[in-house]
Amino acid sequence: MARRLAESEIKNLTMNFGPQHPAAHGVLRLVVEMDGEVIERADPHIGLLHRGTEKLIEHKTYTQAVPYFDRLDYVAPMCQEHAFALATEKLLGIEVPERGQYVRVLFSEITRLLNHIMNVCAFALDVGAMTPFLWGFEEREKMMGFYDRVSGARLHAAYFRPGGVHRDLPAGLADEIAEFCRTFPGFIDDTESLLTENRIFKQRTVDIGVISQEDALDWGLSGPMLRGSGLPWDLRKSQPYDVYDRMDFDIPVGKNGDCYDRYLVRIEEMRQSLRIIQQCLDELPDGPVKTQDNKISPPGRAEMKGSMEALIHHFKLYTEGYKVPAGETYTAVEAPKGEFGVYLVSDGTNKPYRCKIRAPGFAHLAAMDFLSRGHMLADSVAILGAMDIVFGEIDR
Amino acid sequence: MNQALTELGDYIGTALAVEGAGLAGVNDELVLTVPAAEIERTLTWLRDDAQCLFKVLLDICGVDYPEREKRFEIVYNLLSLRHNQRIRVKVAVDADTPVPSAVGVFSAAGWYEREAWDLYGVFFAGNPDLRRIMTDYGFEGHPLRKDFPLTGFVELRYDDEQKRCAYEPVQLTQDFRDFDFMSPWEGADYILPGDEKAGEDGTGG
Repeated sequence: MARRLAESEIKNLTMNFGPQHPAAHGVLRLVVEMDGEVIERADPHIGLLHRGTEKLIEHKTYTQAVPYFDRLDYVAPMCQEHAFALATEKLLGIEVPERGQYVRVLFSEITRLLNHIMNVCAFALDVGAMTPFLWGFEEREKMMGFYDRVSGARLHAAYFRPGGVHRDLPAGLADEIAEFCRTFPGFIDDTESLLTENRIFKQRTVDIGVISQEDALDWGLSGPMLRGSGLPWDLRKSQPYDVYDRMDFDIPVGKNGDCYDRYLVRIEEMRQSLRIIQQCLDELPDGPVKTQDNKISPPGRAEMKGSMEALIHHFKLYTEGYKVPAGETYTAVEAPKGEFGVYLVSDGTNKPYRCKIRAPGFAHLAAMDFLSRGHMLADSVAILGAMDIVFGEIDR
Repeated sequence: MNQALTELGDYIGTALAVEGAGLAGVNDELVLTVPAAEIERTLTWLRDDAQCLFKVLLDICGVDYPEREKRFEIVYNLLSLRHNQRIRVKVAVDADTPVPSAVGVFSAAGWYEREAWDLYGVFFAGNPDLRRIMTDYGFEGHPLRKDFPLTGFVELRYDDEQKRCAYEPVQLTQDFRDFDFMSPWEGADYILPGDEKAGEDGTGG
């Protein structure tokens, strides 16, 4: 009996992971071919959340396209709007007033905190630690309060528009953010005390999903995935946009390129983001927050009560929109997950001719097969968690 | 264009030995146009040349220009970390000609080519895994082509009798509205709908 068992052939097992699985971070269907407990091949099936964003944008004016960007990576909405706003401004050839640029940088960094909390805590949940998730959501709630105060929406803000931001900060918000900056390091310390030296957490993440610098470049990785491998590449430093060139901050890098290093990079990035937020609040200049050209940004509500011209501008902007000179650009920002780029082609009308969205998560997930080969099934969850996957931006 | 970019452009213009290549600077960005057959060689050269070192392929995407003879443009966005520069490589193809795959040069190309194949129907010869990626299993057509309607052709519904999802032709309760906002006031030459004969006898519509 024992001999017959030994001689019988062992077949590979093909297993479906998701699309309904709490560790799949959304609607990922991962088809894994396994030899016992070891992954031989991982084939992510994506597109279950495909909404045709790029096609829809081709049928909308530039202003109407902004909210679609919130719905890509819904964990970090404003960074995506930032990329679209910068691309449109480049084609229009306009400058954003200084205060507008500061407000954008300020909220980009709040967005980065939002994203990293979500990622670090959900990652910890995936590998077995529940508490950070509960703590993290409390902090996220406070920051979504800032979103709410400034734009009227907790998630899908549509706040960064081509030409600046929609409205100025309401009175008192800057003080609230400053107060938040004083308490937030405590949360990071608490989270670190639960995870960083935690034996179980380290056993699940150290030396898992290692990628070398060469491979990381070959697979087009960016953001913490690239910095975890030790490459100090950050678009905020290397190709600064808005007022990032005036900000004083450091770029954390990892050493080994494993899941644990990606976690450490994100933790340190949160501390650096706080520094940037603090500097923005200290240096925030006075002045308008959006371009004063009423052919592009709408006039104030009060002005419309008395001025016929302002009324016409408002009507034209919200029906026809503005025309963007023919041309094309690829503009990228350092979104929390990596390089988020917009390839915008304009044909001179009021609607984009083509708007290709380069989502960082797409390239990361494409490397899933490479990263998880030879690992155990349970490690694929850790790899996925450290990748920071959000399906809104991957499926588009 | 800033000086480093101009110098890089000049260098690529002289050193790149690809017939039919064209180089332009658009909005402070370098755009290189090459024939489809040369794309693999161009990308390899851009990746390995010491003055370029474009080691990251950020994106491949298609653009559809139905009025052109070669209606699709495949756009490759590259990034050089060493020199902190970007370049865009473009290839024009029609719907029937395959483009040589870049998978051998950049591993990242695999999924981007699948996406371009799925959404535009441009075939990439040599891609080992050219399946659809964004659209549903069994989807027909290439949705980002300009002649593909925004509403699509089929809609999905759960059929309670058959106890499964069923595809049906799209039924719109209200006609699809695509407003024409071309302004007649801003001095451009627009033809108003139904007004095509306006200029013929000189009297207007």
